[in-house]
Amino acid sequence: MTLAITIGIMVAGGVYLMLQRGMVRIVLGLLLVGHAVNLLIMSAGGVFRRDQPLVGSGTTPFMADPLPQAFVLTAIVIAFSIAIYMLTLAASGSDDDTEDAS
Amino acid sequence: MNSALLPLFVAVPLASAGLLTFLPGPLWLRRTLFLAPSASVMLAASWLIWLTRDGAVYAHNVGLWPNGIAIPFVADVFSALMLWTTSLLALVCSMFAVATGDDRKTFFAPLVLVLTAGVSGALLTGDIFNMFVFIEVMLLPSYGLLAMLGALGRLRAGRIYVTVNLLTSTIFLAGVALVYAAAGTVHLGELAGAAKESPMVAVGMGVVILALSIKAAVVPVHGWLARTYPFASPAITALFSGLHTKVAIYAIYRLYALVFDGDSKFLWIGVVAFTLTMLIGVLGAVGENTTRSILVFHMISQIGYILLGVALFTEIGLMAGVFYLIHHMIVKASLFLSTGAIEHTHGTGALDRLGGIAKREPLLALVFMGAAFSLAGLPPFSGFVAKLTLVIAAVDDAQWTVAVVMIGVSLITLMSMLKIWGGVFWGKDPREENGDGTPVAVGSNGSTVTETIARPKIKASLIIPGLILTATTLCIGLGAQVLLDLSAQAAAGLMDTSGYVEAVLGR
Repeated sequence: MTLAITIGIMVAGGVYLMLQRGMVRIVLGLLLVGHAVNLLIMSAGGVFRRDQPLVGSGTTPFMADPLPQAFVLTAIVIAFSIAIYMLTLAASGSDDDTEDAS
Repeated sequence: MNSALLPLFVAVPLASAGLLTFLPGPLWLRRTLFLAPSASVMLAASWLIWLTRDGAVYAHNVGLWPNGIAIPFVADVFSALMLWTTSLLALVCSMFAVATGDDRKTFFAPLVLVLTAGVSGALLTGDIFNMFVFIEVMLLPSYGLLAMLGALGRLRAGRIYVTVNLLTSTIFLAGVALVYAAAGTVHLGELAGAAKESPMVAVGMGVVILALSIKAAVVPVHGWLARTYPFASPAITALFSGLHTKVAIYAIYRLYALVFDGDSKFLWIGVVAFTLTMLIGVLGAVGENTTRSILVFHMISQIGYILLGVALFTEIGLMAGVFYLIHHMIVKASLFLSTGAIEHTHGTGALDRLGGIAKREPLLALVFMGAAFSLAGLPPFSGFVAKLTLVIAAVDDAQWTVAVVMIGVSLITLMSMLKIWGGVFWGKDPREENGDGTPVAVGSNGSTVTETIARPKIKASLIIPGLILTATTLCIGLGAQVLLDLSAQAAAGLMDTSGYVEAVLGR
């Protein structure tokens, strides 16, 4: 439940930021949504019914699922690199904010 | 064939890209390294089509890891056909980029090669998470390519493009998470038919297909395409048009056939959305006044046609869809390249600033006309066969409205092509008409003799890439039976997925 609420709040904040004008805010919004989705993948592994993956701490079916963790790792790297690139785009070139154009 | 060779479709372009990033070498060597991977992928794909023409499926787990952990690579006749076409386009667009000199830019060639590697990977993978990764591999270089070269406003276009695509990828990833939560696997072999049985998997896959539809620019989520593609450099627009949206379309075909098992419950959504895509795309083109923005709106319209094949989900509908997909990729790239040649040489694609090209460049005019006729669906080009089979498929399925819309949209497409033809190829050059010349000499009686600046001649090396593609569409149109048979085989593989599933599960 905690995970579900956290994901919900993060997506709401991310969508709000994405609807703003400034590129930097959009990037921050995308990052928030990205993190929310990473948590969603983690929860897809069934965190509520599994324990830590330590040798000798329990039987295999009750250890944490490694596959979602691998997914999340990949997703984090990709989102990170694109976020850097987007921040570069935000900083380069002329400001194309259309506030004055109304 | 040893199916362990399948990863080479990804590895060869990647290796070449790696070499090109640091190899100083002379220009001819760099260009060979740039063009050779696409050419060799194309040759290998022809061989793969030959091997899979009777419905054989090749599968390989990379690194020989067991199922579920390994990255599975699967090739059937559908993916082989797509591989062949995408590598043909990559080769031809690279040739065009060499001709325009785009490839001299730092990192241009490596980025294009990484892009093609991502495309091959996305076409071959048998796992939706790896599909996400390969689509990212394909998109990351394109962010760079879009912002590196192109018209004024390319940075703004780049911002829209990156934002939309990152958001879409996030949605895709959320879909993958939901599928994993519901089914406990992301392996396509194990997911076969899962969405038909379990509504929870269907919801997850629905999110994945929504993300793919945004990438394919289906109405009502098509807005980003028309605001970004016209701003890239001509070679890049042609390359993107042939690869990006089409990989998404391929994935929709594959996933709907495999995971939903062609479930007829949801087909009506597709029929409505794709019919609207056809209509709205073609109507959007009416209001545009540069060559490339018109062509981009037509692309949206044609995407509707292609996806109708999967929305009908009959054997003949799928066959028509696959045929249409191959035909469309070739024709659209040809149109982008021939108008790109004009844009590169004359510095503009605006209809009101060009004219009379047909008289000066008869060969280019012929190349454009052939591709335009093919796009509108006139015989003897491949577009005729593609549209005919699709209309037959719609009528077969008693979708009368769809069939009528298809034919109506073809007419508007033809009108739109005539608009480009009239604006760019026919008529008079506006420079001559306005007497917009520079004084070159003062006559003996004091009057100024003006002479218009001669328009530069378009280089043959800029025309040849488009010519190759138009010739291909003509050949496909004349010998349509060959591709129709292959498409029918691909459709049979989509209708009955057991061969694919057995191969990928290694049973």
